[in-house]
Amino acid sequence: MSPPVLSVRDLSVIAKTDQGPQTLVDRVSFELNRGEILGLVGESGSGKSMTCRAIIGLLPSSRISISGGSVILRGKSDLTHLEESDMRKVRGGDIGMIFQNPSSHLDPVMSIGGQITESIRYHHQVNRAEARNRAIEILHQVGISDPAQRIDDYPHEFSGGMRQRAMIAVALACNPEILIADEPTTALDVTVQAQILRLLMDLREKRELSIILITHDLGVVAQVCDTVAVMYGGRICERGPKREIILDAHHPYTTGLIDCQPSGGSHRGLVKTIAGQPPSQGSMPTGCAFHPRCAHATKECAQTEPAAVDYQPNHMLACHHPIGEINEGGRA
Amino acid sequence: MNISRSVNARFGWRLKFNSGVVPLIIGISILGGWLLVAIFAPLLAPYDPIFQDAAVRLKPPSMAHPFGTDNFGRDVLSRVIWGARIDLQIATFGVVFAFVIGTTVGSIAGYYGGWVDMVLMRLIDVVLAFPFLVLMLTIIVILGPGLGSFYVAMALVGWVSYARLIRAQFLVLKNSDFAIAAVSLGYSHKRVMFRHLLPNAILGSIVFSMSDAVLVLLNGAAISYLGLGVQPPTAEWGTMIAEGQGFITIGWWITTFPGLAIVLLAMGFSMLADGLGEILGVRQ
Amino acid sequence: MHRYRFILYRPIQLLPVLIGISIIIFVLVRSIPGDPVRALLGARGTPESILRIRAQFGLDEPLWTQYFYFIENLFKGEMGRSILYKIDVLELIGTRIEPTLVLVGGSVLLALLIAVPLAAIAAKYRGRPVDHIIRLMSTAGLGFPAFWLAIMLILLFSIQLDLFPVAGYGKTFGEKLHHMILPWLTVALALSAVLTRNLRASILAELHSDQATAARARGLPESVVFWRHVMPNSLVPTVNLLAINIGWLISGTVVIESVFAIPGMGQLLIRGIFTRDYMVVQGVAMTFACATVFVNFMADVLTVTIDPRVKL
Repeated sequence: MSPPVLSVRDLSVIAKTDQGPQTLVDRVSFELNRGEILGLVGESGSGKSMTCRAIIGLLPSSRISISGGSVILRGKSDLTHLEESDMRKVRGGDIGMIFQNPSSHLDPVMSIGGQITESIRYHHQVNRAEARNRAIEILHQVGISDPAQRIDDYPHEFSGGMRQRAMIAVALACNPEILIADEPTTALDVTVQAQILRLLMDLREKRELSIILITHDLGVVAQVCDTVAVMYGGRICERGPKREIILDAHHPYTTGLIDCQPSGGSHRGLVKTIAGQPPSQGSMPTGCAFHPRCAHATKECAQTEPAAVDYQPNHMLACHHPIGEINEGGRA
Repeated sequence: MNISRSVNARFGWRLKFNSGVVPLIIGISILGGWLLVAIFAPLLAPYDPIFQDAAVRLKPPSMAHPFGTDNFGRDVLSRVIWGARIDLQIATFGVVFAFVIGTTVGSIAGYYGGWVDMVLMRLIDVVLAFPFLVLMLTIIVILGPGLGSFYVAMALVGWVSYARLIRAQFLVLKNSDFAIAAVSLGYSHKRVMFRHLLPNAILGSIVFSMSDAVLVLLNGAAISYLGLGVQPPTAEWGTMIAEGQGFITIGWWITTFPGLAIVLLAMGFSMLADGLGEILGVRQ
Repeated sequence: MHRYRFILYRPIQLLPVLIGISIIIFVLVRSIPGDPVRALLGARGTPESILRIRAQFGLDEPLWTQYFYFIENLFKGEMGRSILYKIDVLELIGTRIEPTLVLVGGSVLLALLIAVPLAAIAAKYRGRPVDHIIRLMSTAGLGFPAFWLAIMLILLFSIQLDLFPVAGYGKTFGEKLHHMILPWLTVALALSAVLTRNLRASILAELHSDQATAARARGLPESVVFWRHVMPNSLVPTVNLLAINIGWLISGTVVIESVFAIPGMGQLLIRGIFTRDYMVVQGVAMTFACATVFVNFMADVLTVTIDPRVKL
């Protein structure tokens, strides 16, 4: 079997604050295979966006930095130790990124075509006409009708869904193998949301694109993902194939999230919630980060951090008191 | 994205707080200092600012005359100290009238809208397109040189900026939830406007008035420099610069010190505006 | 190209503004106390000669008739005759407009050359010493009286170092250039203080904007992100700031022309006001007003060119 396209090992991110260093991302590990869609799920502040920013080396502040771990691309280079100039080739060239709000993430004063050709011409030395042809082709691929006409349009002339398609086109301009999609459908209407998700699956199909999909919406995960990693308080608390996570989750937080889905729970007409608030950076609980909100928490949970255990080859869990029966077949 | 923004906000707070407090303190200190100088001018000034001593004409800075003397033998330091009275007054009155007129006009235009707003906005366009020094010079020539004419001119030209600021604030605020709530409680328009909206709208204008004071101060000095403002022998910084210009080759100190005084006073206002703007979160 | 459609109808919107300006100018100029004819003739004036000259300049007609003459003549491209210089005001302005245009144009250009790099450096090294120095300089620069700065520059460069002439304009291109350097520097320093502050703030906002992050995520080097994405977006508010300040800039040049004795429009205006030369004051004020309106119009065109979202 070929090595994973992307392999993240024990990736940690810390922020320097006046109260000392604080951990934003804590020893996060996962693998992304060719053509796989990995869902990164969690509440806001759980570290999912920060993990992805760390992968492409674009942390939002100079006070925030990677403190450990590795990000291996195609079994070869470790992105955390790459020179900035080599890292730039990775960004856009190997890993593309799209964001939640296409209106603010596209340059309002440059045409869509200009933003696509700019990337193409920077990464591949091609002439203007060739870049333009490729740009039209990409716009066509992301489902923009009449791309030869629309290529000179500005972002504000596109509708919300079209803008998200345009942003995907900009991100895919240089044929990256990996696409990081940070809440790509959150700001969109439900109908448009479905179209964008279909487009992503389509692109995975045609280009064998690997996608990391950041979302807080388990509905989205259920529709498109192959693998799911659930993050809480900067750590991955459970990771496994979608089917197992949705139907047979063991971490109390995961089951809590699933119960929160309006259609997922058995209590009709009443949406369940998880009591309490997610931790903020200043007040990370000791032991298991979830224990103050967990119904199954014991003294042990407050004292020692649960180890991340692969109890099956593809299913990782970090919990002292897992819910349900665990088939420990994979445990060494 | 949400996380990065919240993290930035959290780490940014202290920084922002600090970056507002430092200029505020410096600004207040400078202005307070000048205010004390102006109040205690008779005590602080070593000499009479208009006393001419033929024996010490055009003397460079020395122990007896730290800022030197001018071509009439007057002590430049004493004139700078007494000048603080006039120039602080210029900055204050030059702003106050414009502020009051502009705020009133802007509130009316912003609150009532419609044709009132249309007419006032066109009037503002006209004044804005008018080279204001032309307006000021002609008004001063019509009314005769002096500070009174200058204040009238500043009020007639300066109200425009305040009117625009307040109007823009009102347009946003009058549709805000709390204004609608106030009207639904049965308060009169006047009450809603001046009791509920104005206090919210006026913060930006107050911050702006501090930076406006800089412009007014410079204009006042420029008008006096052109010979249309404060008349000799009264000690005023702009007039002093004009008087010293002819002696620049043999007495640099006569023009240099009053100019530095203007720069320092202007910095006080600018710093105060910066600090206030930063702390109150008002964008200029 | 539909976003440029406003070029067609904006002049119609500006017409009321120009009419308003012409009325204010006319009323103001007529309100200046003192009789220009008496001033002109001095002691030689007999009642008959005064009446004759008043009639010759149309000063015996009612005010509103004079206003309509003024407007009618404006459309014919005439601004009356200068009582002092005894030539057509338009012709007079023609001889004086070049120094003023050169002064304003050169100053704006120089101010941008100073402000853009300073703002970029300050924004890039935010919070570092170089940022604090640039911010302090621009805050102090706001409070520099231009006429005083001019005198200080003369003191340093003309008197101490003997590099540039103290005053005047010169005849050949080289002479003019030599004469204009200090005036340019004076106005540019004052203007660049405002521009630097404003531009620094917008560059800072744009450097941390989502679109800049997205551009970095495409692997573009920081220089490309800065010049092609951050800068164009930051320049939009600065262009507008420049346009709003053009009235202030023209006023500033009036004072600077009188410090450096540059024979431009500003000198003409001040002289006209003091000698009650109605037609000249009227003509110069109208020209300044039209220039202000025109510059704001051009700023709109430029804004629309840079920022396609703007609808006018």
